[in-house]
Amino acid sequence: MVAIAGLEHHFGTGPLRRRVLDGIDLEIHAGEIVLLTGPSGSGKTTLLTLIGGLRSAQAGSLRILGRELKGAGPKQLTLARRRHGYIFQAHNLHRSLTALENVRMALELDGSLDADAMAERAGAMLAAVGLDAHRQAYPGQLSGGQKQRVAVARALVSAPPLVLADEPTAALDSHSGREVVGLMQRLAREQGCTILMVTHDSRILDVADRIVAVEDGRLSPR
Amino acid sequence: MNLPPRIAALVRRSRRRLPLGWRQLRHDRGRLAVALAGIAFANVLMFTQLGFQAALYDANTLLNRTLVAELVLLSPKAQNLQSLSTFPRRRLLQARDVPGVADGQGLYLQNLSWRNPQTRRNATVQVLGVDPDARVLNLPELNRQRDRLKLTDTVLFDRLARGPYAETIALLEQGQSVSTEAERRSLTIAGLFSLGASFGADATLVMGDQTLLRLFPHRDPGSLSLGLLRLEPGVDPRRAAAAVQRHLPEDVRVLTLADYVRFEESYWRTASPIGVIFGLGTAMAFLVGVVIVFQVLTTDVNAHLGEYATFRAMGFRQRYLLLVVVEQALVLAALGFLPGAALQLGLYALAARATALPIAMTAPRALLVFGLTLLMCLASGAIASRRLQAADPAELF
Repeated sequence: MVAIAGLEHHFGTGPLRRRVLDGIDLEIHAGEIVLLTGPSGSGKTTLLTLIGGLRSAQAGSLRILGRELKGAGPKQLTLARRRHGYIFQAHNLHRSLTALENVRMALELDGSLDADAMAERAGAMLAAVGLDAHRQAYPGQLSGGQKQRVAVARALVSAPPLVLADEPTAALDSHSGREVVGLMQRLAREQGCTILMVTHDSRILDVADRIVAVEDGRLSPR
Repeated sequence: MNLPPRIAALVRRSRRRLPLGWRQLRHDRGRLAVALAGIAFANVLMFTQLGFQAALYDANTLLNRTLVAELVLLSPKAQNLQSLSTFPRRRLLQARDVPGVADGQGLYLQNLSWRNPQTRRNATVQVLGVDPDARVLNLPELNRQRDRLKLTDTVLFDRLARGPYAETIALLEQGQSVSTEAERRSLTIAGLFSLGASFGADATLVMGDQTLLRLFPHRDPGSLSLGLLRLEPGVDPRRAAAAVQRHLPEDVRVLTLADYVRFEESYWRTASPIGVIFGLGTAMAFLVGVVIVFQVLTTDVNAHLGEYATFRAMGFRQRYLLLVVVEQALVLAALGFLPGAALQLGLYALAARATALPIAMTAPRALLVFGLTLLMCLASGAIASRRLQAADPAELF
């Protein structure tokens, strides 16, 4: 699923060049829920963006879903991203689109569905996250927890094999946070997808199959 | 519905894609209103400039186009109606010898400084001296009153003249005659006709040729401003023009009426700066529109950078975002054009009344301005889309 070996990453150039990741080796298996923890500035978010194909890798090997992303061009990275689901710290929903349309956007990338099928799948997914009654609501009309649930629906609606999440509970109260993570866990199990989640939130550590700690750009065993 | 497969596929594809650009525009009503007002404003500016330009050309060929003739004789030194120079009357008689030529009439044109009968101030008007027995202008109202021109110092006046003539015209409409003076002679205005003002002449007077020669004693009766030739039915004007030109010496030029209208128009196009001025005005309006639409589209892109970066993270290509900006540009062009064009209909009516120029909306001009609007919006979109580079998904986490 994810196989990383000797991954290094630097920010900046010349005298300002700074190493943020150093000799990362990590394997994640299909269906696993892996939590990535560590103090801020440890490089865990950089690791997540590299795995997600949002940044190009500089050195080492990075095989995601059977494809090497080291040396991949912008076009290949864009295509690789279509096989991932993303959940962000902020919900990042489009404010001009309804909940249903936000979820539907993720399906437009998959050329196989027509308009009616997309609406149907998106609606079913919203129902699965308990927002059936809010299909036509705009993000501005939803609570923080509801918005993050729409974001979860958007990330999972195309049944991606890999879901990447960055502090998905940081902006939520403990109850909604718990709810969102529980939802991710349940849907991931149903779809058999792998989850890699960066989090500080100690309240949700129990959903993990494995916890990986990052410190100063290196993985530290726990 | 049975659509051809290619069109059906296109319909399916367009139904698949959410009209994201339009949804974003619609979401912020205030910004949309500003954008549409800006585009409508640019449209009105362009319409006005192009309208005046067209009116200039039309107005300055009004008289040319009302001449009753197939061929026109004029001096090779002629530049436009206001500076026609002259040629010998003998050429007109010689031209009638050419087979196919049926008849010929001479026309005197002069600028006259007369006393405005209403304000009693001096004003310059264009004067046509015609043979009262000949139908030389295609103006039925004028032709009905031609007999009056046989009276000495009697003239007919253009009711569409520009300037303070409203009271004079009102008196004449009631059937009264109005008198004034010019060149120390007393003139009687006996009636009205409808021609129209031009940039070169505010007002036009028609009088008998004898009256004109009396008003301008230094003018040689043997020197004509224009010669009007009628052809026998079925004679091709182009061939006849060539034949007459061959028959006459080089001190006279022979043109078909259509060519003569073009000759007048091309003077205003090239020798006068007015075409350049209105062209420049249109270009400025275009630029104003580009700046306004660019502002609106850039603001919209900036306001949605986070959302765009999210789409990039989800696997949408840069091209998709570009398409959103293009979609917005096209929607703005279409929506902004409609109020602009509607407003312009009213403005043209106002301008036509205020300037006595033949200004009106024409389909080709509406198409031209719509094309310019599309171009304007797409150019703005192209510049604004450079901001899309800032939508970096790596900055999202």
